[in-house]
Amino acid sequence: MNPDAAASSLPADGHEAEAVVPARIKPVRVVSARVSVRDRVVEIWRTRELLSYLISTEIKVKYKNSALGLLWSMVAPAMSLMIFWFVFGVVLKNAYPSFVIYLFSGLLFWNFFSTAVSSATRVIVDRAGIVKKVSFPREILALSSIGTSLVFMFFQTAVLIAFMVVLQHAPDWHLLPLLIPALLATTIIAAGLGILLSAANVYLRDMSHLIEIVLQAWFWACPVVYSFWSQINPRLGGFFFIYLMNPMAPIVLTSQRVIYGHTYVHLTTPTHPGVQLLPTWSGWTYLAMDSFLVVAGLVLLWIALAVFGRLEGNFAEEL
Amino acid sequence: MAAAVEIDNVSKTFKLYHERGTSLKERLVKARQSRYDELKALQGISFDVDEGETIGILGRNGSGKSTLLKCICGVLQPTSGEIRVRGKLAGLLELGAGFQPELSGRDNIYLNGSMLGLTRKEIDAVFDDIVGFAELESFIDNQVKFYSSGMYVRLGFAVAVNVDPDVLVIDEVLAVGDEKFQRKCIARIKQFQEMGRTIIFVSHSADQVRTICDRAVVLQTGEMIGMGTPGSAVRLFRERLLESDGAPPAEDAAPSVDQTKKEEKFQLRVREVFTSVSELEDPVLESGGPFSVTAVFRVKEEIDSMVFVLEIHGAKGELLLRTDTDQLGLSTEAPMGEGRITFDFPSWPLNDGRYDISIGAQNRLGDITFDWRENVASLEVIYHGRAAGLLNLPLSASLTAGGPIVRKVL
Repeated sequence: MNPDAAASSLPADGHEAEAVVPARIKPVRVVSARVSVRDRVVEIWRTRELLSYLISTEIKVKYKNSALGLLWSMVAPAMSLMIFWFVFGVVLKNAYPSFVIYLFSGLLFWNFFSTAVSSATRVIVDRAGIVKKVSFPREILALSSIGTSLVFMFFQTAVLIAFMVVLQHAPDWHLLPLLIPALLATTIIAAGLGILLSAANVYLRDMSHLIEIVLQAWFWACPVVYSFWSQINPRLGGFFFIYLMNPMAPIVLTSQRVIYGHTYVHLTTPTHPGVQLLPTWSGWTYLAMDSFLVVAGLVLLWIALAVFGRLEGNFAEEL
Repeated sequence: MAAAVEIDNVSKTFKLYHERGTSLKERLVKARQSRYDELKALQGISFDVDEGETIGILGRNGSGKSTLLKCICGVLQPTSGEIRVRGKLAGLLELGAGFQPELSGRDNIYLNGSMLGLTRKEIDAVFDDIVGFAELESFIDNQVKFYSSGMYVRLGFAVAVNVDPDVLVIDEVLAVGDEKFQRKCIARIKQFQEMGRTIIFVSHSADQVRTICDRAVVLQTGEMIGMGTPGSAVRLFRERLLESDGAPPAEDAAPSVDQTKKEEKFQLRVREVFTSVSELEDPVLESGGPFSVTAVFRVKEEIDSMVFVLEIHGAKGELLLRTDTDQLGLSTEAPMGEGRITFDFPSWPLNDGRYDISIGAQNRLGDITFDWRENVASLEVIYHGRAAGLLNLPLSASLTAGGPIVRKVL
């Protein structure tokens, strides 16, 4: 059952042929209605190279034959960034300094999460041609959507860095490592949700429409364009943890704490002296929240793989 | 020897919904009423494929061949039962199934190769072989969407056979491509066999199954009705094919009442086939001697276009001869009532061996089969001469003395 054993043991040569030497230890693959989650994970790991091909081809194909090419992946988020900046910063005059950076730091993680989940939901139905004819762990398709979104997130990060350089806005260097558990948590939760929904979408095609609406509402439940600490927390009183049950809220807060950096800002209007924009928590609190989300995400992923395994058997018939 | 593929009591049931919504609303509203028929596509199939063996799967459309192959490849999961595959498996359910039309041939080789389970290094190593086999050297960097269908198929086959699988599963893909490419594919499959690889092969062409396979499985409406040598499997397959078309199989035993009833339904039936040697005590033909095959038939209804077909197969199942009465210059009008047709060989041109004879009646185009008797007679040939080889051609030599000597023979 060890896949590496097949690669390392060489075929017996002529001299040894008469001795009892197995020609090759070959991995046995079982096709049946029930395959354990552990075996599924092993299969996914074996096909990891396919994952990288699927991601790179998806990126290549997506912007093939378009003049701006990859730039398009940045135009849409830049557009929403400008709209939010115009509406909240200019029209509603919230007067936070470097509001664009505040917006961008939250949008970065949110955009990754929402494109990952919505594209993963559609992927099995969209790639029905392959699913019906070629055999490989289908979870790879959902994972490739997550991976593609992750790559686009890195492109956007480049734009964010450019903004920060131009506006001379430094992140909180000490807390920079916090972005790693935050990103890990986002990726795992998006993978779990994406795998679950991609399988569900095969049976209920509404799922892809439904998730778009849910994601829209979800966006406003995250403190991307407003401040959780100054605007939401006072109204919830002791029940602020309800707001934080939304897994994306702590992630967005982490990103803002690290990238935006300032928790207390002096407003540019003379009437208000200042406002506590971000929570007063220490870095350890953020680390604890994000680590909890990683663990919770792994549980979700495990459940998603188990459910996917049960539903996968009929994909080829349902598509 | 270990089994490369073990198929253990595999069943697959499809639910055929009469009208089934795929939206949430429809599911909720019609949750109670969604009716379906169960289609048992496979029922308790069990057989092992030994390592290095080539197994053919025969069956008409809807017999479950493709479902079985999809289960073996892992595209479908069986409803019950288990399939164990030892080693790397490459499935050719459809050539070029994983191709991305927007990408170049080069990118697609890597994508498809990794889908079949190869690492980048392994693909690098066989890349040139793939391109060479597909004969696409000058087009490999073009987008696949500009490929002709032939090029597409060639690339798909080339990738699949070059991934060097332990088990190769082929589903009727050899039907596509031109004759030259088909020959190349067959040659490649033979090479695979010599390397001791396992092949599972589905084909409509009984001749391909005869020449390529070691054993064959016959499926009928999801059940395995037989497994054996290619010759016996093809025979079973052809007989069952006719049976379900309305003609009963050839039973030389006395026809029962039931069978005579059935007999009334069809247009033509071959009732008996005998050869010039079959009545002898020792039914062996001396090579070069005269030989004839006679079929006794009965025509019930008028048929405008009908020919009798004669096929002779060698011991390995290879087709040696196929001809029909139209080619031999006879009328294609079938005479009503009883009749007999005789194929005469003034001298049998083949040396020692066993030859199988099949006789059938088809229309001239060959798309309607009125009756078919697969391997209905066999012929044992003995050769007393001293020449080596397969053929016994009428041949003589003459030596003339006194002519000019052109060259000394060393």
